[in-house]
Amino acid sequence: MAIATETAPTATLNKDEILRYSRHLIMPEVGMDGQQKLKAAKVLCIGTGGLGSPLALYLAAAGVGTLGLVDFDVVDYTNLQRQIIHTTADVGRKKLDSAAEKLEAINPFVEIKKFDTRLSSENALEIFRDFDIIADGTDNFPTRYLVNDACVLSGKPNVYGSIFRFEGQASVFATEEGPCYRCLYPEPPPPGLVPSCAEGGVLGILPGLVGVMQATEVVKLILGAGDPLIGRLLLIDALGMKFRELKLRKNPDCPACGTRPTITKLIDYNEFCGIRGEEEKPVSSGIPEIQVEELKRRLDAGDDLFVLDVREPHEYQICNIGGHLIPLNDLPKRVSELDSSREIVAHCKMGGRSAKAVAFLQQSGFKKVHNLTGGIIAWADRVDPKVPKY
Amino acid sequence: MNLPHDFPHLLGMAKIHIPTPLRQYAGKQTAVEVAGETVADAMSDLIAKHPDLKRHLYTDGGKLRSFVNIYLNDEDVRYLQKDATPIASGDNISIVPSIAGGL
Repeated sequence: MAIATETAPTATLNKDEILRYSRHLIMPEVGMDGQQKLKAAKVLCIGTGGLGSPLALYLAAAGVGTLGLVDFDVVDYTNLQRQIIHTTADVGRKKLDSAAEKLEAINPFVEIKKFDTRLSSENALEIFRDFDIIADGTDNFPTRYLVNDACVLSGKPNVYGSIFRFEGQASVFATEEGPCYRCLYPEPPPPGLVPSCAEGGVLGILPGLVGVMQATEVVKLILGAGDPLIGRLLLIDALGMKFRELKLRKNPDCPACGTRPTITKLIDYNEFCGIRGEEEKPVSSGIPEIQVEELKRRLDAGDDLFVLDVREPHEYQICNIGGHLIPLNDLPKRVSELDSSREIVAHCKMGGRSAKAVAFLQQSGFKKVHNLTGGIIAWADRVDPKVPKY
Repeated sequence: MNLPHDFPHLLGMAKIHIPTPLRQYAGKQTAVEVAGETVADAMSDLIAKHPDLKRHLYTDGGKLRSFVNIYLNDEDVRYLQKDATPIASGDNISIVPSIAGGL
């Protein structure tokens, strides 16, 4: 399927562009015709992070004429391990400005359109309007469903990639004849059940692999060449370096793209994904919380407090505040190590897992347990700046 | 995957691939050998071997969670005979949950 052929204005190449794209032009699969299609194409990249970095870099280098970027975030140090469009000197800058600068440096013939906003139900269709293909490089379920539905509603292909630790998925959704993301997954997991990259980590190279696959699919769609990943889900296991392919079918009962769609406009995706307010806040109520300043004051005063660290051993190696380490998953079988007569303060990285630990301990009959709000990151921010953050 | 053919003693077993987010509930294994005649048998055998997986794969009512798909080789079992899909020696079953990471 060729996306840009029919409506695209003829985009002619000047002498400098012909030299620049020489290695494309001498290939029959691209040639002058294909390079002009690339120049006429308008591709929107949602996110300029792990997936968006290689995706946008390669699309700019390949000569995609118009590249839209949507991002609201600021570059921080933890991004640099994988978000290769941003450099150390960019820390603190808007990702949008940092990314646009690199893309313009790689290829001044590309027009960059910046959208300094969080993609939402209010703005998605308006932003999508001027683009032919949407490439999804976001990192959360509400935005994944939003991008999918907006692609289905506006009839634009959704070039999809997602990653977790050392595993990735890639496909092309929402083409006219192919399935959409909802055909594969009608509903998202409840919040907290599937960890994000910020909680679970990600091998820095993996978004490179998957983002380059997305870029490849975008270019193929524009050229109308090869077999796009329509109706196929590619599973990437970087640790085993194994690639598997699963068949995807268009679900006739799909609420978005089925024969009788029930999603006829964009909805509230946070509500759809069961998210209310801040994600990192502990979801359960009735968990006694203690602030880091209070913990510090009481420890300094010599109060008898038992600090329980429920993170994983490799996290404990990065930094710790001397707590007794029992990873959350081991807590049920190691609960006998704890003395229920003592006051216990449980902590993790940010407060989510330790809230679960406190709930478990309460159910197990512990009466004096607290959750350290904000975890060891809050401790590093507000009590001891020598504790490294990760 | 030619394992069962290379190792005849494994015949009669199918392999269930465990995705990264669920490996912590399956003894950190990437794949588990299971026995049975249908997809349902294979999944029951998996749950029997690794009970912690159950609540992550099934609702309290015993329904497969809607963000998890089960594939027999490269086909979604929803489009075969669902749980009743027969399995043969050497088949690969995959649990494919949705993941959202990208930044």
